[in-house]
Amino acid sequence: MEHAAPAATSAAIPPFERFYAAHAPEVYRLLARRLGTQAAEDAFQETFLRALRAYPALRHGDHLRAWALTIASRVAVDALRRPVAGELPDPDLSGELIALDEEPAYRQVAHLTAGLPPTERAAVVLRYAYDLSYDAIGLALGSSPDAARQATSSGVRRLRRAAAPKENA
Amino acid sequence: MTHADPSPALDLLPPGLDERFRERAAAASLLDAAWAIADSPLGPLLLAATGRGLAWVGFEAPRAGSGPVADASPEAQLERVAEWLGRRLLRVPRLLDPVQRELDAYFAGRLHAFAVTVDLAGSPAFQRAVLEELRSVPYGVTATYGDLAARIGKPKAARAVGGALNRNPVAIVVPCHRIVGAHGALTGYAGGLERKRALLELEGALLA
Repeated sequence: MEHAAPAATSAAIPPFERFYAAHAPEVYRLLARRLGTQAAEDAFQETFLRALRAYPALRHGDHLRAWALTIASRVAVDALRRPVAGELPDPDLSGELIALDEEPAYRQVAHLTAGLPPTERAAVVLRYAYDLSYDAIGLALGSSPDAARQATSSGVRRLRRAAAPKENA
Repeated sequence: MTHADPSPALDLLPPGLDERFRERAAAASLLDAAWAIADSPLGPLLLAATGRGLAWVGFEAPRAGSGPVADASPEAQLERVAEWLGRRLLRVPRLLDPVQRELDAYFAGRLHAFAVTVDLAGSPAFQRAVLEELRSVPYGVTATYGDLAARIGKPKAARAVGGALNRNPVAIVVPCHRIVGAHGALTGYAGGLERKRALLELEGALLA
């Protein structure tokens, strides 16, 4: 398996204006599909406010489209959950995540992470396929850096167990 | 008024959503700076303001015949603003409207001293000292690099003063166009000498 691109070849982080203008229409379309046009407007703003909060934690400008759409997916999940907080199971994000980006980095791990719960899968993908910091992942998932770290390591532990079931008690 | 939306892709959003998001981001203090494009008789100006004040006034494109200048396209200039002030930049024209109004009055000859607060916090200490001192050179008056060096207590630093002025991030409002060579010669100007001459003529510091 190939390694993720080293930092020296990573894309520069553009001014937020360019990131926003490049991805706003697609983010809105995704949210309108998931939530309807009225709720999509609030979710659109929440998505880019989260992105703004997370922007200083970005370490490179690779995969920003996937990053934006991942945040939007999380915001949509939160919006769908809100009326019955804690009642619904975590909706499956696998279709959404796979559709996010055609970058090789994601495809390389998609088959490995397909069995993870959604939050762990998003955390593992953002950490290892997109090389984001825990700060950026936490902000993308609407949680804290610590929670992002925990979701990532619990996802990795689950993957290890799946890969080598006999070694685990 | 500052310019309307320059990004056609954003026209695909429902009416008003783009503007509401920009206002909300600014209200939440999540921006390193708000920016806008302003009109002026010398061509479009890129303006940017932090929470502390006006931090960037740059000519958007060089005039023909003004000699070699750095790439001044809006895209390239926004990159430089991002390096200077931080990457969280969003166009929020309303926040720059007071600056546009003062620039309009200045170019109409009605305003001789800008009242907007200027934020020079991004400049290194020496440059900040030069630019702060420069703000006390009045409308219609020129001074030399040596004068300015003496006024900040470093009479031998005329060349360094020139370097600091050349990187003035707040053109026009911080009036580096009022600084001329030892014998009154129009020396370098980041926006091009033609613009420097036009500004000094506007202020009556040069005979047209």
